[in-house]
Amino acid sequence: MSSASPTPTTGTAGGTRRRRRGPRTWLAALPLLGFTGLCFGLPLGALLFGAVTRTDPDTGATALTGEHLSRSLQGPYLGSLVGSVQLSTLTALLATILGVFFAQAVATSRSRALRDAVLTASGVLANFGGVPLAFAFIATLGISGVVTQLADLTDLGWNLYSFGGLTVVYLYFLVPLMVLVILPAIDGLRPQWREAAENAGAGGWQYWRHVGIPVLAPSLLGGFVLLFGSAFAAHATAAALVGGSVPLVTLKIADALSGNVLVGQENVALALGLDMILIAGLVMAVYLPLQRRSARWLR
Amino acid sequence: MHRTSGRRAAVLLGAAVLSTVTACGAAPDDAAGPAGGGAKSATATSAADFGGMDALVEAAQKEGALHVIALPPDWANYGELIKAFETKYKIKVESENPDASSADEIAAVKSRKGQKRAPDVLDLGIAFARSGAAEGLFAPYRVEVWDKIPAAQKDEAGRWYNDYGGYVSIGCDARRIAHCPQTFADLLKPEYKGKVALNGNPTKSGSAFAGVYAAALANQGSFADIQPGIDFFGKLKQSGNFIPVESTPATVEKGETPISIDWDYLNAGYADQFKDKGVDWKVAVPTDGVYAQYYSQAVNKEAPHPAAARLWMEFLYSPEGQNLWLKGYARPVLLPAMTADGTVDKTFTAKLPQVPGTPSFPASAELDKAKATLAEKWDKAVS
Repeated sequence: MSSASPTPTTGTAGGTRRRRRGPRTWLAALPLLGFTGLCFGLPLGALLFGAVTRTDPDTGATALTGEHLSRSLQGPYLGSLVGSVQLSTLTALLATILGVFFAQAVATSRSRALRDAVLTASGVLANFGGVPLAFAFIATLGISGVVTQLADLTDLGWNLYSFGGLTVVYLYFLVPLMVLVILPAIDGLRPQWREAAENAGAGGWQYWRHVGIPVLAPSLLGGFVLLFGSAFAAHATAAALVGGSVPLVTLKIADALSGNVLVGQENVALALGLDMILIAGLVMAVYLPLQRRSARWLR
Repeated sequence: MHRTSGRRAAVLLGAAVLSTVTACGAAPDDAAGPAGGGAKSATATSAADFGGMDALVEAAQKEGALHVIALPPDWANYGELIKAFETKYKIKVESENPDASSADEIAAVKSRKGQKRAPDVLDLGIAFARSGAAEGLFAPYRVEVWDKIPAAQKDEAGRWYNDYGGYVSIGCDARRIAHCPQTFADLLKPEYKGKVALNGNPTKSGSAFAGVYAAALANQGSFADIQPGIDFFGKLKQSGNFIPVESTPATVEKGETPISIDWDYLNAGYADQFKDKGVDWKVAVPTDGVYAQYYSQAVNKEAPHPAAARLWMEFLYSPEGQNLWLKGYARPVLLPAMTADGTVDKTFTAKLPQVPGTPSFPASAELDKAKATLAEKWDKAVS
């Protein structure tokens, strides 16, 4: 089981074990730590520095300021953060649920061919994003898209260029990702457990309530966090589809950092980046203790 | 202006910097160095500093290359301009990241100071030209035709000057739309439900921003007041006419953005591009919201190929360069002067959408204010 669940648990466990063995093995990790420090530390440091300082264009002097951060938490910037969190939470929740059902169906079907097909397709689709995905949706479900025209979807209130439309597009790559993540965990549910539960007089729901879901909980949580992060950081698809009409923080950062309209907004973009890191950190902070707890049930 | 705090502070600061700059604008002229000499290329402020055009060409050919950034070949005929420059002067043009934005260009200048890969010349949105000049990123240089560039279209010190531009126009796929809209007021008609698009998000795309500005002018707004334009798109969104998808050649061809508000030279370019593909793309400059904007050229102060950079500027502002822009349906800044002296290519001017009157431009402070208002209010209006 633990091999199927995402890394944090195994990482912590491995870390403790290693520490007991003494400092010499720790040395072997130095290149990795150095690499991590350089490749993650430097950009993070630059981001942090830019987010809390301001350079006066006349004198060239740099001073500390909280202005960028406070601006990033106001008005349309705050709106974009809220919009991103809403969209990511909703899509991650939906994709987690749908992904579990699909994975369960594949796991219980016992058809090798189906399993291979689903896994291959999931591997491809989970990485299908960006502008090509947006354009594929425009061509099928856009206003003059093939399916929209055939089924008169517009009359039914369908609009691809909205919060709802974006949710559907995100699910297109999030559900396959969840199937990939959760399938090994579902495979780990032993049929004997179910038989034992049934012998003890449990119904299907009782089995899931007291055995299945608790055993899957760490993987489910891990999957949700992964999907949340994936949706939270997505940019190109949304940019091509909805422009500014669904406020998202990644779009706002792009506007401020690399546009043809707004001048001198780079530091606010960095502050927004910092906000994103904080939100991701918050999600992890909720996830880690929960995961540790549910991992304890498994021992 | 870079990295300042509030917009208001930025506006004030920018205005202050600009006014001091104008006050001492004549300075670079007197500082002109002695003629000729490769080392002097970086400080030359006119072709005369090299000892004439021939010496400039020679110095540029010695450098052998020109590094440019953010020049899309399908934008205002840049592809042909680059090719013409290469054949005429035997100088290789290294074009990097054609789809980059003005902000990317400024970032490249700053982050590659002293490197060989730094861009030599820049094609910028006007706000970025002004802020870059205020930050001292550009080398002052005056092309030979300097005096013919209207005063409102150039920095007195010669650090940037406008090159080509156009009007906000409404492109329309006449095979899908029975009656093509001619004005902003038309766009509100129910027959255009789910059909009207902009070229991107106006807080990021310059042409989409211009579209909102033009809509403001069409709805009792002014250069100082862009709000009516934002309200107009809010209304379009509510009626279901506005679709937020970014119009690109692909969406135009597919028919997903059958009506697209964009620069007239891009819309006119689409018309040519798609003639054979079953798209009858019509271009109209809306009479109720006439808004024009020009892009600016500047030479990087630390250009790795300083002579080639200056030669590129001379080429762009020569009749040949200006006519090539015209061929791409863009209006070159010297169009009035060239019409007067007869160097303009009349076959190209005849193809331009007709616009009555001469364009006027917002002042720097008005432009900054409009952008601040837009960044604040756009999301709410269209979401």
